[in-house]
Amino acid sequence: MLLKELSEAIGISSNEDAVRQIILKAIEGHATDIRIDPMGSITAIKKGTGRNRPRVMLAAHMDEIGFMVTGFNGDGLIKFANIGGIDDRILPALRVKIGENAVPGVVIWTPIHKSHGNNTPQKISDMRIDIGANNKDEVSSKVKKGDLIAFDSQYMEIGKKMLRGKAFDDRVGCSLLIDILQGGPYPVDILAAFTVQEEIGLRGAKVAAQTLKPDVAIALEGTTANDLPNPLAEPDDTEENNPACKLGDGPVLTVIDARLVVPPQLLNFLRNTAEKNNIPYQLKTQPGGTTDAAAIHLSNAGVPSAVISVPCRYIHSPTAYLNRDDYANSLNLLQAVLMDIKWDGVKST
Amino acid sequence: MFDLKQHLKSLVEAHAPSGYEGPIREIIREAWRPLTNSMEQDKLGSLIGIKKATNSLKKTRKIMLAAHMDEIGMMVRDVVDGFIYVHDIDGVDNRILMAQPVMVHGRRPLPGVVASVPPHLLSAAARKKYPSFDEIIVDVGLPAAEVAKLVRIGDLITPDVSMIELSGKRLAAKAMDDRASVAAVTACLDNLNNMSHKWDVYAAATVQEETGLLGAATAAYYINPDIAIALDVTFASQPGIDSDEASELGAGPTLAVGPNFHPKLVEKIRDTAKQFEIKIQDEFVPGASGTDAWAIQVALEGIPTILLGIPLRNMHSPIETVDLRDIERAGRLMAHFIAGLDADFMSALAWTTTNPASVEQ
Repeated sequence: MLLKELSEAIGISSNEDAVRQIILKAIEGHATDIRIDPMGSITAIKKGTGRNRPRVMLAAHMDEIGFMVTGFNGDGLIKFANIGGIDDRILPALRVKIGENAVPGVVIWTPIHKSHGNNTPQKISDMRIDIGANNKDEVSSKVKKGDLIAFDSQYMEIGKKMLRGKAFDDRVGCSLLIDILQGGPYPVDILAAFTVQEEIGLRGAKVAAQTLKPDVAIALEGTTANDLPNPLAEPDDTEENNPACKLGDGPVLTVIDARLVVPPQLLNFLRNTAEKNNIPYQLKTQPGGTTDAAAIHLSNAGVPSAVISVPCRYIHSPTAYLNRDDYANSLNLLQAVLMDIKWDGVKST
Repeated sequence: MFDLKQHLKSLVEAHAPSGYEGPIREIIREAWRPLTNSMEQDKLGSLIGIKKATNSLKKTRKIMLAAHMDEIGMMVRDVVDGFIYVHDIDGVDNRILMAQPVMVHGRRPLPGVVASVPPHLLSAAARKKYPSFDEIIVDVGLPAAEVAKLVRIGDLITPDVSMIELSGKRLAAKAMDDRASVAAVTACLDNLNNMSHKWDVYAAATVQEETGLLGAATAAYYINPDIAIALDVTFASQPGIDSDEASELGAGPTLAVGPNFHPKLVEKIRDTAKQFEIKIQDEFVPGASGTDAWAIQVALEGIPTILLGIPLRNMHSPIETVDLRDIERAGRLMAHFIAGLDADFMSALAWTTTNPASVEQ
């Protein structure tokens, strides 16, 4: 599993190069037709051993959310904007790395002593990054407008089960796809796509699907687990937060999300495969968010598409958590699916 | 060779909120031991390093240097299903906690993060305010049964961050408030190692400043100094702070002026800065300074006290930012000032009066 290396690499939408290098090295010799398409996505093919099987596209996105330098103040502070979805409330006092030289910076914050009890969230457009420059000349000699800004975060293993780091959305999918390509053989042809620009609108996956022309597709993701208690709940409250999915409960099969209804025959095939192999799984019906599968299923004349996700807490923040068992079970399920998938799971009834 | 930056790093990366200063006290004790003649401790836990005069006077004189070693922090309020609910101990900003790495000081240190909800699942209502301490959750990523064994109500929580170097001489970390000042005191003792001085120096790393200037009061009583210099961090210019009330990073320590500070002592240290060409800035404090100086000034029979400030951005955050040169200057300024103290110095602080014969000073 290459998750540590993948998580620590910086690859914000539009500059996925560091991630691309890790993946190219990892899949060399394990797939054929390895290409980098004009968008920057990696496509590769792993030929199957069986006959008359559907060609299966597996997609994982390389990009992560981050920020871009948009301007400078006279006092040497940096204006910035987000690339991808973020809760502005996690920005105060954040540590970041800017540009190719990873210049360290901090998101400055007016001290509580001077804030007069103001609890209204500040907008990103009103926040500034300090790299230690005193004026515009100093700051612009170290950082350029358009430079990308990443979370400063360290990968960590916690206890026996937990992994912690940035960009598990979707380096965990990249890691799974690498493991699949390094494994096998499988009866089906695998059309692998490590896509770019998922976080700003599923751009890379659309193009990759148009090139690869799969019969069926599965997006591999790290998805939103919000399986926390509600500290404000009264002891006799029975209503729970909707956790979307939970850590430790196995791979997450999307039923529906903001932009995709997974075809029922495909979903049922995935469920049956999990049950047949005694692999735990959970169903996600949370309407927020979507994945590359939403772009792939509308590509060409339409591609039946599903999503298998590893549940992660705190994605789109500097520190996400995932459970090793969920990773292992996701890989097991994916392998079982690739061994078993036939046309009847793919065609609509 | 004394490395100020490395020393500061060791100070700010130690975890020691108010009332639980044990770990930082030992680090300071080790740093001060080679620079002092003896180390003592008052009954609240403030550490006092004593450097005796190199040329002693007939009547011993004492100067106290005070910097607080405690930091702000949180405390475990409850443990529910393996998740940790918290209290604020003193002055933590609820608005900067989400997604920050923290250390829970359980039966062993447990790295964790402050929980946040991914934007995909976030309601519009939730985005309208920062979570209060009642809503904050810390997640150490361990199974509930393990957390129940390792974490108890009352355990401490501090930011889990290292010191980082920004451009220039700027450094960002947690607990620069007030370990930057502790580092300045160490720098002073290091400077004094190569100087002769007639006064005894009592360096105090005080406890529980953040809970109400508690340690400085008892430390001053314990030491009974003739004069005192308190050090604390002070607001540096940044958006949201009135520029007339802010100091500049890198322009030298601030020298505070106001009723909390003995005006003649203020002028004496200003003279030293001028003589040795050490940059300082003025800071005007009309009332309570909110620092150890406030407690020391009224200890015992009253102690002539001044305050030096280390300019700092983002106070009470895990990215408190200082300029290393200001710390170094504060240390050098104090050392030169101490080297200049002589047997008659106290007479320079005498209040002028129209009827000197009848007033005992």
